[in-house]
Amino acid sequence: MAYIELNQVTKRFGSVTAVDRMNLEIAQGECMAMLGPSGCGKTTTLRMVAGFEDLDDGEIRVGERIISSKAKKYYLPPEQRNFGMVFQAFAVWPHLSVYENVAFPLRIRNLPKAEIHARTEEALKHTNLFSVAQGSPDDLSGGGKQRVALARALAIRPDVMLLDEPLSSLDPHFREEMRFEIKDLQRRFGFSILYVTHDQSEAMALSDRILVMRGGVVQQIGTPLQVYSNPANRFVFEFIGLSCFIEAGLTPAGIRLGDASYPWPEGVVPSGEIIATGKGLLAARPTEIDFVSEGGIRGEVLRKVYLGETIDYRVRVGDAEVRIQKTRRTQGPSVGDNCGLRFIYPHWYPVQ
Amino acid sequence: MNTLTNARSKPSFGTPELLFMLSVGVLVIVVAVPMLLIFFNAFWVDGHFNIADVVKVLQRKETYQALLNSLILSGGVTVTGTLVGTFFAWLVTRTDLPFKKTMKLLFLVPFMLPAFIGALAWKMLLSPRAGYINRLFMDVFGFDNPIFDIYSYAGIILVETMYLFPFVFIQVSGALERMDPTLEESARISGADLFTITRKITIPLVLPSILSGALLIMLYSMAHFGTVAVLGVETGIYNIPVLIYEKIHQSAGSFDSIRTATVLATVLVITAALILWLQNRVLSKGKYQIIAGKSFRPTELKLRGLRIPMLIVCIVYIGLTIVLPTATIFLVGGLKTYGLPFDLENMTWANYNHILFEWDLTRDSIWNSITLGLASALITMFAGVIISYVIVKMKVRGKGILEFLGMLPFSVPGSVIALGVILAWSGKFGINLYNTVWIILVAYIARYMAFSLKANSAALEQVHDSLVEAARASGASMAQALRDVVVPLVRPGMVAAFFLIFLPALRELTVSVLLYGPTTRTIGVAIYTLNEDGETVYSAALAGIALIIIVLGEVLIKRLVTSKNGA
Repeated sequence: MAYIELNQVTKRFGSVTAVDRMNLEIAQGECMAMLGPSGCGKTTTLRMVAGFEDLDDGEIRVGERIISSKAKKYYLPPEQRNFGMVFQAFAVWPHLSVYENVAFPLRIRNLPKAEIHARTEEALKHTNLFSVAQGSPDDLSGGGKQRVALARALAIRPDVMLLDEPLSSLDPHFREEMRFEIKDLQRRFGFSILYVTHDQSEAMALSDRILVMRGGVVQQIGTPLQVYSNPANRFVFEFIGLSCFIEAGLTPAGIRLGDASYPWPEGVVPSGEIIATGKGLLAARPTEIDFVSEGGIRGEVLRKVYLGETIDYRVRVGDAEVRIQKTRRTQGPSVGDNCGLRFIYPHWYPVQ
Repeated sequence: MNTLTNARSKPSFGTPELLFMLSVGVLVIVVAVPMLLIFFNAFWVDGHFNIADVVKVLQRKETYQALLNSLILSGGVTVTGTLVGTFFAWLVTRTDLPFKKTMKLLFLVPFMLPAFIGALAWKMLLSPRAGYINRLFMDVFGFDNPIFDIYSYAGIILVETMYLFPFVFIQVSGALERMDPTLEESARISGADLFTITRKITIPLVLPSILSGALLIMLYSMAHFGTVAVLGVETGIYNIPVLIYEKIHQSAGSFDSIRTATVLATVLVITAALILWLQNRVLSKGKYQIIAGKSFRPTELKLRGLRIPMLIVCIVYIGLTIVLPTATIFLVGGLKTYGLPFDLENMTWANYNHILFEWDLTRDSIWNSITLGLASALITMFAGVIISYVIVKMKVRGKGILEFLGMLPFSVPGSVIALGVILAWSGKFGINLYNTVWIILVAYIARYMAFSLKANSAALEQVHDSLVEAARASGASMAQALRDVVVPLVRPGMVAAFFLIFLPALRELTVSVLLYGPTTRTIGVAIYTLNEDGETVYSAALAGIALIIIVLGEVLIKRLVTSKNGA
């Protein structure tokens, strides 16, 4: 059952549509990552859910409650939404101790003293901050500060946790550690997560489902595996993982590259609409292309670079350059060789 | 190899040492000697160290009263200025006030206007009997008493507040703008409403900026001469700088009055040092890292129904503090006789004509101020760049002394510097500059050296050593490297230093009022003395001219600086 529900949510800044008629459902306890290049509207979406931005159209619900609605001109103020939120720049208060930072939301709620203390300590323990509770957050590392922010968000026992690039300001080796800590906390407390990031591996590792956005428009929503293996369009294909594309002429029988004609690679036929345009984009992952000595799509090896575990090839096919990655154990052609390419899982997209 | 060991073994005395000695020499003569003479005169009587006499001087009614007044006035100005400055800073950065950007610029204008000219204008408007506003209420609306007496503690505090609140305004609006908005958003999402956030998060986080601005107001107000001198004279309200002025001017340089003045100066120096020490502590202890990382605008408080009333408050405030006094100055400057109503038939260009083209006193004063400003700005600019170079770039022992000496006048009130210069250059050491324009120049150089050092050091710190090393590696000599690499890179700092000195020097009163002679009045002194002599219309007309020169100067700099940055 949908717990958080975005319905036709739209946000405009002047003439720019930052978020365009977005629909999204997030289940209780689900982790949803919003992924996209900077300026794609993912942070704006998160801020609308948090209540920091009004809507230009649509509505947002949590459970049975409407929390933002353009039509009803109703916006529940952020301070009444009972969400936890963690920001990229930590946003821990330097004038308060670690303990007071975490206790702040509880004090605001005028809880009994004993309960404030118990819940603050609980949150501090879960985030391994108990030993530094009386210190200033300014003395902590980036990872430590982000733990304070997490503990503060946890203290109110939220149903929904909003994370705005929480790991981007951390050193790379801390990121992986924090990723697991967040996942661990979610398992323990069962809150839903809406997670904004531009780092695809972070999104893959953490989330149950991924939403890919571009220019305010949702491109695809699905599990990490679905999005990776079945990208909805060229943008998603390119944004997630390594990719290469070949623009090819299409005939009803197969493809044309320069002067050469080939049958459909692996028998995967593009949709009728694409064939009708006479041109199509063949998309493949560099690791999912094999070298074959006979047949295949012919090309010439331009470059061969050893990257340690893998070997990176550039092969010219017609006018296009194709990138291929093979493990170092695989026998491959040399620079200048004529070779054949087999596309193991080809995808077809229209040429824009 | 041979030359290397030679160079090392010799107690070398090369260019760096020469420059160092030269810089120390200049600063000692210009800054250290006058300051030391003040302490010497204050504590040394008939060849003995004598603290009992100092106490005696402090216990005199007038000294004691001056101290008390200084405390009351600067304390009052600090409180009101901080409140006003913080409120407007918050209004233009954190609310949806209309025309915020314009308002922000307008709130900085009072910084350009000399406070004593403002005081002059307010005297014309609100003096109990002759003030135009008071007369309007008494003559037209039939009030029995003036509605406000500007010759009072409250009046002085009010006028000083108008011109000093930007110290807090600049600091606080800067801090609020740079502050990471997520610090407040995280409090909101934690459940706090805007009022609670302001109280528990925003104010504590910008408190260091508020306090530091407040202490600047206090420092400035403590040392401020003009407003108190103009508005306090009728009712006998005087602060320390005014009493120093009276001691020096009215007692014709008797030993006792000089001593009293030096004791007062010592008190001022100690107070200023205390204030600056406090400010340093506030800044170093409370320096939170609150600078924003991401570019989202802070949540603006929607004023809703208060939007227009708040705009009106701002416009009225700006109208009262900038437009009304400025207009008054120009109008009174155009009156045939002070006190006449502002009818067209009472207006004349003759005053302006007279002070600009006919009267030597005023013409001299304009000339003096401009030449003094140019000369002191040029000298301090060049001396400043050399001394900063020694401080920032050279590895010479004892350069801490340079820094201390150069920055010292920054914390020393103008009247103290003037007094020190009088003690040092009135013939005691064989050179008598008293009553000449040179004594003012020497005082200006001492006063403004710190400005130049700050601007030039900041510029020099940006020039990384490797830039010079790269030039040397490319075959340039040290002199060529300086000329072709360092100087072009610090030129903006030098230009900044020039204007940072030239403009304040143009409107200067506190120092020159203690040093002027019959033909060496500055614009400030001329305006002040004309007013004292009851030549109110001429005083106003000259003040009007001064305002035009100052505003033109400011505009010119903005032009110069922005076109430099653009290139």
